[in-house]
Amino acid sequence: METLIQQIIGGLANGGIYASLALALVMIYQATDVVNFAQGEMAMFSTYLAWSFLNAGLPYWLTFFLTVGLSFAGGILIQRVIIRPVETAPILNIVIVCIGLLVIFNSIAGWIYTYLIKPFPSPFPEQPLKIGNIFLGFHNLGAIGVTLALLILLYLFFRHTPLGLTLRAAAQNPESSRLVGIRVSRMLMLGWGLAALIGAVAGMMVAPIVFLDPNMMSGILIYAFASATLGGFTSPGGAVLGGFIVGIIENLVGTYVAFIGTQLKFTVALVLIIGVLLVKPSGLFGKAAIQRV
Amino acid sequence: MENRTETTELLEVKHADPLDTRIEGWKVAGVIAVLAFASLLPFVMSSYRLFQFSLAFAYAIALFGLNLLTGYNGQISLGHGAFYAIGAYTTAIMMEHWGISYIWTIPVAGFICLVVGFLFGIPALRLTGLYLALATFTLAIAAPQLLKYFEEWTGGVQGIVLSEPQAPFGLPLNKDQWLYYFTLSILVVLFIVGWNLLRGRVGRAIVAIRDHHIAAESMGINLPLYKSLTFGVSAMYTGVAGALGAIVVQYVAPDSFNIFLSISFLTGVVIGGLSSISGAIFGAFFIQFVPTYAQDISDAAPWAIYGIFLIIFMYAMPMGIAGFLQGLWNRLRRRRLVDS
Amino acid sequence: MTALLEVEKLEASYGWTKVLHGISFLVEKGGVTTVLGANGAGKTTSLRAICGMVKTGGEMRFKGQRINGKATEDIVRLGISHVPEGRGTFVNLTVEENLRLGAYARKGKRNLGEDLERIYEYFSVLGGRRKQTAGTLSGGEQQMLAIARGLMLRPELLLLDEPSLGLGPIIMREIFHIVHTINKEEDVSVLLVEQNASMALDIAGKAYLLETGRVVMSGSAADFQKDDSIRRSYLGY
Repeated sequence: METLIQQIIGGLANGGIYASLALALVMIYQATDVVNFAQGEMAMFSTYLAWSFLNAGLPYWLTFFLTVGLSFAGGILIQRVIIRPVETAPILNIVIVCIGLLVIFNSIAGWIYTYLIKPFPSPFPEQPLKIGNIFLGFHNLGAIGVTLALLILLYLFFRHTPLGLTLRAAAQNPESSRLVGIRVSRMLMLGWGLAALIGAVAGMMVAPIVFLDPNMMSGILIYAFASATLGGFTSPGGAVLGGFIVGIIENLVGTYVAFIGTQLKFTVALVLIIGVLLVKPSGLFGKAAIQRV
Repeated sequence: MENRTETTELLEVKHADPLDTRIEGWKVAGVIAVLAFASLLPFVMSSYRLFQFSLAFAYAIALFGLNLLTGYNGQISLGHGAFYAIGAYTTAIMMEHWGISYIWTIPVAGFICLVVGFLFGIPALRLTGLYLALATFTLAIAAPQLLKYFEEWTGGVQGIVLSEPQAPFGLPLNKDQWLYYFTLSILVVLFIVGWNLLRGRVGRAIVAIRDHHIAAESMGINLPLYKSLTFGVSAMYTGVAGALGAIVVQYVAPDSFNIFLSISFLTGVVIGGLSSISGAIFGAFFIQFVPTYAQDISDAAPWAIYGIFLIIFMYAMPMGIAGFLQGLWNRLRRRRLVDS
Repeated sequence: MTALLEVEKLEASYGWTKVLHGISFLVEKGGVTTVLGANGAGKTTSLRAICGMVKTGGEMRFKGQRINGKATEDIVRLGISHVPEGRGTFVNLTVEENLRLGAYARKGKRNLGEDLERIYEYFSVLGGRRKQTAGTLSGGEQQMLAIARGLMLRPELLLLDEPSLGLGPIIMREIFHIVHTINKEEDVSVLLVEQNASMALDIAGKAYLLETGRVVMSGSAADFQKDDSIRRSYLGY
């Protein structure tokens, strides 16, 4: 029983990270029909930035918010400078550009910081929290807290602020948005900025667990894909829920199903994706695309 | 998406009809000239260069297959590395476990991939766009894992070393020269077959499915059959490419067939030019040589250079290298028409 | 006195296909001007041209200021509201969210609440469905929502693209009545593009007839209604 709860908490912690990254993916997909393959690498790069600040002696939370802010700006910059020139090109072209970004970030991170694994500090206490017979990792709880806070803030932003409404409108219907005077290009920049911000938070929360290295996020990206597929690429809320579910399933299957173990944990994500695609491609909460004749 | 009121050029680049059925004489002459030139290269190029070219030819066949699916039929695949792997391992297993000569392994590899591709195509055809990409993506990720799992056949993580193929009939060619001609010949044959396929009814049906699949269906084209068949044929080409690749490299290991291979294939197809036969060749040479070139430019971060190349190519040649050249050619032709 | 909107020898193309071959028309301040024509005549293209959504040649002036080549977002800010063909509703957002978005570009965001209430008075059906997702409304309700959203801008000129499309006669009458009322009471000039000539001529002051990208007739709506050829071809009697 204790193991179960521990695994669930651990799963929720991972799930929060998958949920965040999945949300970032879905946000950009909704606005542009493009899956940003570089989302993971951007998050990884942000985390390395944070590492540099910490190495220079800055306190943790200052670093945290500084990194978040810089990542936000970075996301905006990337959209404006790199993505906008190909905005109107066929989707596959934009995908290739994202792949280009992916390898650039990965390579530069490896170049500047080497491929040696680095530890990344957690702002939360080391010793676990003991409730009865259950030991709960403080970082896990903290990660859940931080990602939840982020997701809630985003929800409030999108649902209850004029800017959030504008962003939603621009993502859903760019042409009508122009007709009410919305500058859709600016909204796209904002969307990328937010996605990068989310990625930075996810990266900083996961680095203490998996340790910092340039390939840190590639596995997590796959879980993010699984989450977004499960929840539905057209539903931000679904993607978030999907993330938490995937996190829990991953941990439980890894613990309780004999032959999976830590090696084939990956396969869980893959099986999930295939399973969902076979049964309901649009995911739990996504809407099936209506084919216009 | 910016307002394009004032920015559309007067002379718009016209996309050449890929199914243009007329055979223009000079085009044939051009192809023959290129082939003739290519046939002379083995006498001037180093062994290593020949090896690189042979591998590029294999990639070109793979890209042709992927292009058939993605360019002409509009089905995105992020998983063709898996079919390449199947072809490669088929050859490796047949050669090393059963002692079969490398030549016979190729049609077998092709056939197996045809079947696997067709079978994969059946459920896959219910998915479109993003979802198909995701499904093929999982295929690509699963492939190395599965290859490592079935150790007794695949040799696990260590892979299989293939024996060296020799030029037949005692021809005065070394291994690299022979493999060059071998892969080139197969490429030519497969491309001609593919080109013929695309020129005819089948080709039109395939493109119709991409452009207006509902209309295509109401015209009596059996959508599921065609889509699965296209998947199958596409996989077959890539499987043959994998077999050739294994023979040329003389080594197969699970980690060489990871997701990055599939991504390279997709990259090659887009950069070379979708819906164009020559695009497969341009793309293949891009993915084979640009990484090496990038390494020359920067030893420290070669992939960063590669990524920059990708982005620049997408800015400068949105329709791929083939599309770009076609555009240049159209412009030249238009100017000639205007002058005359 | 210059007209509110002057269009002179307007040409427009989609890619290589030329759709408008140099049309000219005026929209006077205060009235309802209608552009009639069959399918494919170029009516929708004219409105899209005004909003900067297609490649154009010729001259377009709003309140004397040239608007060729301006981006759609900027033209909206000049006070032109376009209710597009097919309504263009934000189907995943609520009715009220749609309306609030309509006010995005307007100068002076005060009195937003008051304006919302006034709009709900005109379109009583919407008032009862404020929190409903726009995509679940009926065709007629969505058309009302689209027009209401356009009005939230407090535009000087409202461009209406085929509002009758896909609607039954009763709801059509109601919508046209509302448009007529708004034109009179809110001082919003209207450029109405319509296939349904009789409904349009009932509320219009000035009319133009478009055929394959050319203006073939212009005059007062009353004249149009009396004209024999118009009656036979477009009014059905």
